Amino acid sequence: MKLTALGLGVAALAAGIGIGQIGGKAMEAIARQPEASDKISSNMILTAALVEGTALIAMILGFLREG
Amino acid sequence: MRRLILGIAVSFGLTFGLAAQESHDDHAHDHDTHAQEHSTEAPDDHAHGESHAEGDHHDACSCGHHEEEEYNVTNTAYHHIGDANAFHVVGDLYIPLPCIVYDNIDGSLDVFMSSKLSKHTFSMHHGNSDYAYNGYVLAHGVLKRVKQGQDFPTDKVEVCITEVDHHPVVYYEGNCYELEGESTLDGGVFDTGGFDIASTTTSFMDFSVSKKVLSMILVFFLMLWIFLGIAKSYKTRRGMAPKGIQSLIEPIITMIVSDVAIPFIGKKYERFMPFLLSLFFFILGLNLLGQIPIFPGSGNVTGNLGFTLVLAVFTFIVVNINGNKDYWKHVFAMPGVPKWVLVILTPVEILGLFIKPFTLMLRLFANITAGHIVIISFVSLIFILGESGANIGGAGAGIGASIPLTMFMMAIELLVAFLQAFVFTLLTASYIGAAVQDHHH
Repeated sequence: MKLTALGLGVAALAAGIGIGQIGGKAMEAIARQPEASDKISSNMILTAALVEGTALIAMILGFLREG
Repeated sequence: MRRLILGIAVSFGLTFGLAAQESHDDHAHDHDTHAQEHSTEAPDDHAHGESHAEGDHHDACSCGHHEEEEYNVTNTAYHHIGDANAFHVVGDLYIPLPCIVYDNIDGSLDVFMSSKLSKHTFSMHHGNSDYAYNGYVLAHGVLKRVKQGQDFPTDKVEVCITEVDHHPVVYYEGNCYELEGESTLDGGVFDTGGFDIASTTTSFMDFSVSKKVLSMILVFFLMLWIFLGIAKSYKTRRGMAPKGIQSLIEPIITMIVSDVAIPFIGKKYERFMPFLLSLFFFILGLNLLGQIPIFPGSGNVTGNLGFTLVLAVFTFIVVNINGNKDYWKHVFAMPGVPKWVLVILTPVEILGLFIKPFTLMLRLFANITAGHIVIISFVSLIFILGESGANIGGAGAGIGASIPLTMFMMAIELLVAFLQAFVFTLLTASYIGAAVQDHHH
């Protein structure tokens, strides 16, 4: 039970770092080229969704473990 | 400014609506617990914690008795995000829904309204049924069946549903009967429904028009109404500015076309627009309907693994049917890669075909489920701090903490509702794009 929660925390941490990187870089890119912001933001969401997927898989496994 | 005040007022109302539903559940609990305190005295109290074997506690199991239990957030959360065979409105008011169950054992099909299991058509105490029919009962509004091999009568008999170790059991003529789990996909995974994991296999299949199915039908007709209206006004108002709800939907469609379809699919995008737009608006509609905590809403459809599975399977079929020669070449024999690498790469690519829709399925499900669980946990603060009504000051503090947190979370959830519909569409578009685009080497 506690280990599951810990594992979820680690997964969330990793995904958080990943999404933070994506968001930060996207902001930098938009600041550099504001005219490309539409393209950048849709790609940002796409990549963030992919990264988030890993955390969510961890969450599902946590649910299964908890049953 | 006025709009802001109105918005805050509505959110307050919704939060209170949620809290009121919860408080009903909790109140009933409290009442039952008191009854238990008075009637069962010490002797077997110690045994409760140690052995859960059936038969040990026939005397602990009788109508209206609950074991002494704490307010359990996990159970509450699972109950609220789960499906039900009667639509809970408020208090004991339930709207009966049709039950269509297939008996795995003798292969018969039973069709009845869930009100058949209840004394009153629109009212059930705590969502528990008053009758059992062919072993079927409603526990917390969910259709379950008495486990086989306990010789329970198959005709309609009066029973009552009580709880042992947080699990509903059926009390009938002095004996307790265990129940099977509910027969739904995520119900099987997330709710063992009984005392052990083996109880997830059910002796019946539930094809009922449940609460979530009803929400889905509602959204279906809502979308049909909106989009047929819009289609008509595009025909009659050709060349003129959009009007009414058309002005709300048109920018969203334009956004899907220009931000999703054209960049990700390329010039063949028009064929896929009906699919992408249906996906987007159906998911968005269901997400938003699931955000409403009171009657027509509250069906957490997109937070159901079965539902997202079907959407993901649609995506899988659309992507792979439209895959061109280049796409399949990239799967089975990636060009420009040494032969020995292909031994590793091809299995990975083939797995990838299935992993893509699989993550699509999980992403939508987990995002919506997580959001709902967080909202329910915040509302539960009232009952945790208030010690289930025993501590009024704590409940007051809980309300003070819970309302702003819930409102904040609901605001986030509105964003997530839109974002997840968008992400689902975006990823589908990118998978389709990978399948239909011509690759140049």
